[in-house]
Amino acid sequence: MTDPAASYLRIEGLNKFFGQFQALKDIQLEVHEGELVCFLGPSGCGKTTLLRAIAGLDLQTSGRIEQAGTDISTLPVSERDFGIVFQSYALFPNLTAERNIAFGLENSGHNRREIKARVSELLELIGLPDQGEKFPSQLSGGQQQRIALARAIATSPGLLLLDEPLSALDARVRVLLRRELKELQRKLGVTTVMVTHDQEEALVLADRIVVMNHGLIEQVGTPADIYCNPRSLFVAEFIGEMNQLNASSTEPGQLQVGERMLRSEGGHWPADAANDLVAAIRPEDILPQANNSDALNHLDVTIGDMAFMGSFWRSQLHDASLGDNQLIADFSINAVRRLSLQSGNRLTVELPADRLLAFRR
Amino acid sequence: MSATRQKPLQARLGRDDLIMRGYMLMLALYLVITLALPLYTMLSKSFSTYQFDLSQFQIQVSDEQGNWNSDPKSAAEINAALGENGIQNFATSNDGRLAPTKLFPEFSFRSPVNYRIKGNDSSAVWLVGSKRHNSTDWLELDSNTFRRVSLRPVKSTGLANYATYFSTPALSRSIRNSLFISIISTLITVTLAFAFAYALNRSQMRFKGFFRLVAMAPILVPSLLPGIALVYLFGNQGMLKAFMMGESIYGPIGIVIGSVFFTFPHAVMIITTALAISDARLYEAAHSMRAGRWKIFRTVTLPGARYGLISAAFVVFNLVITDFGLPKVIGGQYNMLAVDIYKQVIGQQNFEMGAVVSVVLLIPALLAFVVDRYVQRRQVAMLSSRSVPWQPPRRRGFDALCLGYCLLITIFIVGLLGVCQYAALVKFWPYDLSFSLKNYAFDLMDGGGWNSYYNSVQLALYTALIGTAIIFSGAYIVEKTSGFHKGRSLFQLLALLPMAIPGMVLGLAYIFFFNNPNNPLNFLYGTMGILVICTVTHFYTVSHLTALTALKQIDPEFESVAASLKKPFYKLFARVTVPICLPAGLDISIYLFVNAMTTVSALVFLYSPDTTLASVAVLNMDDAGDIAPAAAMGMMIFYTNAGARIIHLLLSKGILKRTQAWRAGHAAMSS
Repeated sequence: MTDPAASYLRIEGLNKFFGQFQALKDIQLEVHEGELVCFLGPSGCGKTTLLRAIAGLDLQTSGRIEQAGTDISTLPVSERDFGIVFQSYALFPNLTAERNIAFGLENSGHNRREIKARVSELLELIGLPDQGEKFPSQLSGGQQQRIALARAIATSPGLLLLDEPLSALDARVRVLLRRELKELQRKLGVTTVMVTHDQEEALVLADRIVVMNHGLIEQVGTPADIYCNPRSLFVAEFIGEMNQLNASSTEPGQLQVGERMLRSEGGHWPADAANDLVAAIRPEDILPQANNSDALNHLDVTIGDMAFMGSFWRSQLHDASLGDNQLIADFSINAVRRLSLQSGNRLTVELPADRLLAFRR
Repeated sequence: MSATRQKPLQARLGRDDLIMRGYMLMLALYLVITLALPLYTMLSKSFSTYQFDLSQFQIQVSDEQGNWNSDPKSAAEINAALGENGIQNFATSNDGRLAPTKLFPEFSFRSPVNYRIKGNDSSAVWLVGSKRHNSTDWLELDSNTFRRVSLRPVKSTGLANYATYFSTPALSRSIRNSLFISIISTLITVTLAFAFAYALNRSQMRFKGFFRLVAMAPILVPSLLPGIALVYLFGNQGMLKAFMMGESIYGPIGIVIGSVFFTFPHAVMIITTALAISDARLYEAAHSMRAGRWKIFRTVTLPGARYGLISAAFVVFNLVITDFGLPKVIGGQYNMLAVDIYKQVIGQQNFEMGAVVSVVLLIPALLAFVVDRYVQRRQVAMLSSRSVPWQPPRRRGFDALCLGYCLLITIFIVGLLGVCQYAALVKFWPYDLSFSLKNYAFDLMDGGGWNSYYNSVQLALYTALIGTAIIFSGAYIVEKTSGFHKGRSLFQLLALLPMAIPGMVLGLAYIFFFNNPNNPLNFLYGTMGILVICTVTHFYTVSHLTALTALKQIDPEFESVAASLKKPFYKLFARVTVPICLPAGLDISIYLFVNAMTTVSALVFLYSPDTTLASVAVLNMDDAGDIAPAAAMGMMIFYTNAGARIIHLLLSKGILKRTQAWRAGHAAMSS
């Protein structure tokens, strides 16, 4: 929401009801020109409903959608300007990859040679220059996904809509295609909205992430922003790992966890908060200390189970002073080696004040 | 969260939306005209009564010199004066005529006496010859012309026809007869079909493919053909008459055996589907709990197939109670509802009473239809749960038992067909059994000759082509139109309705609707066109459901993709939807073809001398005593349908082969 002049898609006060159920609640959103925005949230959060409203496939109950300065709120699908890739790809099974890509180009004022050239260009672009003659069923899932993408961008739409485009693929292919998708989007500079329930995908791909829950937008921000400064407990726990400690407070910035008093300077202090707070910190933000110390936010803990996770050890930490609360910390292999950390040892850890967040329960 | 409920936004309609809605309305209109309006006309007919009202007319008689000395009297007064010799029964039909000469016992057309007649008002109608009069001025006629006068009845609306129907035991007994025959036939057919389907699904016997084929054969012939075969076997000159032990085949026994024959394939198809979906895991669990075979059958097999059994029962019940051809051929004096309609309309020209019987027949048919729809839905719900197909073990004794049973059924089916073919080929059953083709000289018999056969083929081809186009595109529109829920539900209802309407009822409704000279569509009456329309409408529902099933398997986002690419829906329809659904389209067209060849019920009211039909010819030749030619024509229908099925099979295989490149994977993708 930097430069309003560059806003390409503007959504105002969008509501959607299915009978009594409200799937979208007063959605306000701007998407900038050339940007890749991810709608992220658990299933049923309204992200696909919002995408389909933008496409005109499921009309919103109320609210306004503006694309490139034009009100498109009630336009039929065929009069809007977008390309779309569905989770199923919806490739026409009886047409070859080429014919699928050419489908939108035929009868739109292009002659045969132009269409052929454009299709080859697109096949080249998606890295499948010699697969054009094959039917969708003869292509792998990843190849089908790319053909669907090529078909969607063939007519150079102003907006690209992707509805969980990678979720039907194997984990390895998904990682590979994620990168390609990002490169392609950069190269074309097409404004893109993508729906996903995969937080990692959103973090890697998006310029900005729109986190949704129960039909509401919880937070909009860059991936780093969303990860480091979650506005709500939902965002905090939906994206990445997050320790949650029952806490209370008597003055802003001071959190009482068990018998310990911790200083929180990260994030947004919840207004008029007293009891029923959650002190939250990510496992990787918990720092092991070489020496005992009772400085600010330093805790003495016992190391419980340690699980090897490849590049780090996931360790359980507990101490009587924390009450029922348990901490999970991710210690790097180096730190574990250097400090000879072992299950059963005592250890001092720091919960850095700027990384310790407070939320209302 | 300032969201408040307000009037929802309305989408602006694109060109596609408008075309689709327009087309849907057109098809809905088609169904209204070819189904709803005729039925409505028929219903209102059943409440119309016609009576002669003699008090409407004034009649005066001159003396032999032509002087008008006597006073004019109302016809009612004249009749009253006659006492017991007068006219007592004033009830009549739409077409009723009453000769006023009956009021004058001394009437002679040679008499020099003159007559004058007038009406009290213009609602009093009489005919002189065929010329209509409703004047309130005297019309003077000599006695020879007076002979040609007939009075016309007045129409009133009410339940009088129904009262007559239920107080006439000869008519209302048919309700009991029809229910009795239908229930008995249903019980027998479903039991036999269940055993047959069970053998096909749950044994490792050999020749399963052959048995499946045989079980479907009765679909290819008119329902009255088994009746003819039974007449040959057990009739008055039947070879096996002794087996009847003095009972007559003409009546309930014949109808039930024939009904079992022609409904058997329908029941087998439904029950096979039900048995095929039962879950192997249930059997494994039952075995692991050491349940006995009988216990497994009772606790796993039967409950799993129960919807199939109920559905089959109602389908068979419906087929039997609405069938007309079979009881007509072999029913003898045993009256059934569907035949009553025919007798009232064709035999007695009492159209109103025909309409009443139709309404009576409609009730059980509608009821069976509703229950069947409900049950089918439940079965679909069972189908969608993921189940593992069950592989029956090889059990020698059981497999042999199944084989034996299926052979018996095969003998029954092939036997009846064989008898028809044999009878058609011999010179004179049972006295001269040498072969001859004289029974194929249809042109020498009543029934329209070979032209009937060619007409039938023509009708079947038109029905298959036009019907498939209309029904498939209709199913597409109703499935893929976005929004417009009310219109779509209305269309769905109209598309499902034909299944509930017995053919006889539909045919009669068509007479009422299309034969009305005031109907602008009257020109269709007596043409091939009306036969095609009637047949398409009659068999609309099953085809519609087949098309819907095929369409539901296609990715629902195709339309969204095409719209986003700004391609009109009909381009997508032609280039993608139709090619994908080609096998389903072929299934629909063969279904329509076969049914158009075999159906009798609706068309028996609608054919004209130029459009006689093979199936109706079978009926008429049988009626005229030309039973061998009737059997020969019936077998012509059988061979034509069998040929059509073979062509259908080859076409389907060819299409699947040519499109295998994309189809194989497509199936894998959707699974």
